[in-house]
Amino acid sequence: MIHTPHIDWFAISTYLALLGASFVALLAAVLVPRALRRPFAATVSALGFVGGLVTSIWLYVDSSTGHLVVGGAFYRDRWTALAQIVICGTGLVTTLLGAEHVARGSDDHIAEFFSLLLAATAGMTFFVGSANLMVMFLSLEWFSIALYVMCAIDYDVEGSLEAGLKYLIIGSFGSAALLFGSALVYGATNHIDFAGIAAHGHANDSLLVLGLAMIIAGLGFKSSSAPFHMWTPDVYEGAPTTVTAFMSAATKVAAFVLAFRLLRTAFPAEEHLWSWAFAGIAVASLAIGNLAALVQRNVKRMLAYSSISHAGFVLIGLSAGSALGGRALMYYLIVYSAMAFGSFAVVAARERELGVPVTLDNLAGFGWERPFLGVAMWFFLFGFAGLPVGGGFVGKFYVFSAAYRHGWAWLVIVGVVATIVSLYYYLAVVRAMYMRPSEELRVAPVAGGSPPREPLLHVAVGAALAVSVGSLFAVGPLIDYAKHAVSALPF
Amino acid sequence: MTASDFTTVLVWLPIGAAIVIWLLPLSRYATGALALLVSLVEVGLWIEQLARFDFSRGGLQFAQRHTWISDLHVSYHVGEFAFSLWLVGLTVVAMAACVGYGFWVGRDRPRAYFGLMLFLTGATVGVFVAQDLLLFYAFFEAMLIPLYVLVGVWGGPGRLGATVKFVIYTMVGSLFMLAALIAYGLHAGTFDLVDGPTSISRWIFLGFMLAFAIKSPLFPFHGWLPDAYRQAPPEVAAALSGVVAKAGLYGMLRIAIPLFPEPTSFYRTVFLALAALALVYGSFLAYRAPDLRGVVAYSSFAQSGLIALGLFSGTRLGFDGAVLQIVAHGFISTSLFLISGTVERRTTTDEFALLGGMARGRPALATLLMTTGIISLAVPGSASFAGEFLILAGAYQRAWWWAAIGAGAIVLAAMYMLRAISAVLHEARGSTVADEALDLRAGELALLVPLVACLLVLSAWPAAISHHTGSAPPVAASAP
Repeated sequence: MIHTPHIDWFAISTYLALLGASFVALLAAVLVPRALRRPFAATVSALGFVGGLVTSIWLYVDSSTGHLVVGGAFYRDRWTALAQIVICGTGLVTTLLGAEHVARGSDDHIAEFFSLLLAATAGMTFFVGSANLMVMFLSLEWFSIALYVMCAIDYDVEGSLEAGLKYLIIGSFGSAALLFGSALVYGATNHIDFAGIAAHGHANDSLLVLGLAMIIAGLGFKSSSAPFHMWTPDVYEGAPTTVTAFMSAATKVAAFVLAFRLLRTAFPAEEHLWSWAFAGIAVASLAIGNLAALVQRNVKRMLAYSSISHAGFVLIGLSAGSALGGRALMYYLIVYSAMAFGSFAVVAARERELGVPVTLDNLAGFGWERPFLGVAMWFFLFGFAGLPVGGGFVGKFYVFSAAYRHGWAWLVIVGVVATIVSLYYYLAVVRAMYMRPSEELRVAPVAGGSPPREPLLHVAVGAALAVSVGSLFAVGPLIDYAKHAVSALPF
Repeated sequence: MTASDFTTVLVWLPIGAAIVIWLLPLSRYATGALALLVSLVEVGLWIEQLARFDFSRGGLQFAQRHTWISDLHVSYHVGEFAFSLWLVGLTVVAMAACVGYGFWVGRDRPRAYFGLMLFLTGATVGVFVAQDLLLFYAFFEAMLIPLYVLVGVWGGPGRLGATVKFVIYTMVGSLFMLAALIAYGLHAGTFDLVDGPTSISRWIFLGFMLAFAIKSPLFPFHGWLPDAYRQAPPEVAAALSGVVAKAGLYGMLRIAIPLFPEPTSFYRTVFLALAALALVYGSFLAYRAPDLRGVVAYSSFAQSGLIALGLFSGTRLGFDGAVLQIVAHGFISTSLFLISGTVERRTTTDEFALLGGMARGRPALATLLMTTGIISLAVPGSASFAGEFLILAGAYQRAWWWAAIGAGAIVLAAMYMLRAISAVLHEARGSTVADEALDLRAGELALLVPLVACLLVLSAWPAAISHHTGSAPPVAASAP
């Protein structure tokens, strides 16, 4: 007879809420008449995310001492819960954006889109809590497969299908590396649970080190850090902008939060190795992301490279490996996910208005035509560049502080130089939006007349703006949340 | 409202007003009037503060402190020393004049424009009152954002290039300052400027100085200056040179010199030499400049050098003179840029080759330009004479040759300023100067006369500032 583990239903209520909503949305695809399908599925999705948010906030409040649940399969602690809050929040705003922007031509796949979005989010929230290599790999595949399909959901749009296929092939390669690495780690330690690996691993065991390296590479693919970033610009450019916004925010959060937990919990003895490895990856991401972004004309592509460079900044905090580094990482991710989502959402609005990919040239005059979206974009871009208009500035301050306290002043200097380079392309967008009149470039909306009304998009952008600006003033509380979350990890 | 709330109000009132202006769909006239009103309220608040300030006590006053980031010991800490009070005064008065000028000429897109001007006011006041390094940094950077847009949207034809250069230059400096302040703060265990210990790290000192030397600017970091000052709208150029650039000098005075006594004396000769080079080279460039704005721009560069000479002399006289000269030159360059703006409005140009003979039939313009110009070239009895005299006396205590270089540059100042005045006002009538171009109007007079009046008051009583700089942050003992 199979021994069934005790199940802490409350601990898994977030996934259950999301999966339940996903199931209902999928049923809606066949049962709800076409005219009602979009509002119905969107409502279900929003409710699912609200449920996920409520349960994960509740879990955060109620999990001051972290522990393993469901047969040691995953962690119920504040590190998990805080990441779940961020991921569910991103899912909620993505729902708002998707309700107006996905599959606009026909309502064919709208319910499937929301179902996949909920499933992907459920996978990510599962992923960040995973406590052994098996759960980690399963949940990684779970959300990745959902994302592959989401990238290709607008298959009548040129590039969407291509993006999905590219992501599938390269993403599978990353997953394979991760799986192989996991197998090697298991071979070296005879354990798949993180705590067991830490207890039985030897830092001079080359099998274990090789396994660790492959796991790092696999996570590098998911977080689009250089040199595992090759898919990012193409996929971000080709995927529907809603999906890009979701991926750039939520996937990064999931990958980095899990990475920090895995390294702290399973590989504390190898810190000197992964610390240097991630410092190297950080430098590569900063260099490649920033330099490649300089020459982009397509705004989505530029933002994709910018997201690679931000992976570099997060990795500066991660490579410090300290509690301060963990706080820096969590704070940076909260702010970054808001700014990344928001900036792609604004691009989505312009894209819909013009009906063509958004470039620096056809952004001309946008800031004056759509004052709210323009100002929001302005805040996101200056925030990315680390100017004090939002939490992006404090985030940079924190990751640099973590690196400096780790004794790596050189990494701070690399980060500073990267920030200077990044200014050039962020300012190029502001310049395009505000300093060139649209008449000069003869850009006209496809349909003519006023731009479409997009109340939900405005709400989503407003929420992202509120988080990215509010995080500057609410640094104290946010850092406290991050501090409690980090205290769940062993140091 | 207690006295210590005043500082916070001075910073956040204009920023709050900026947000109101951005959000409310007010008419062009109402927007400008509201912005001007808020600027004048700032001046009023500052006068109230001046009246309440206890000069006999010295030290930090009107202070307020709240924890901002607890685990790294960063706080929202604002307050004013006597010298910061004068800099805040310069800011609010000069910015009120600049906002008034924008209102008078009727800038396009008034809500964006006036909101940004007010935001700039708040951020600049913030720089001068911040007593925490990270807060200082935040305001220091925040000044850049409105300036970038103000120059980039309302500037002249070469504005795009000018803004890129200006922003990249400034950010290079300030990001290295961020690295330096992290290093300082983590070593010291606090980011507070009042509690913070002194440091002997030369690298950290250089990180700060890079930012301040670019902002002020000192030689050879002035590459951004000519384009930014020429392409900006006149009132933005006025704010930039009269107020914002002073933040760099203030940074030396408040942070780099007092917190790093050992590195300051180690690098003293280097920075005195860079300051002297800025002074001499800037004066020559001003003498060769073909346009009025060029003269004012390069003379600001030269004056930054002179002020830095006083600061790095490490003497009490040099320090007092520098504070006086910062304020005096702030008013001078604000007035001169605004006057240049009025000239451009009448003739469409500020190139000397196309100007001349404007004094005829325009007594008010001629009088104001003459008065400001004469004060700026430091004739005995003027505010800048007092400031320069103190600076040179301080430099002399350090070594006689620094004073000799400074004195030589004052002769150059007379040359470039008199050349500029006569090229605009006298000589043969320029091709762009029409008979119909009127004298200054009441609105323009209402902006310029108070500025010039401030200068005349300071000329009559320079000790108002130079004897009231308060207990300065520790200044190195007088030279041997």
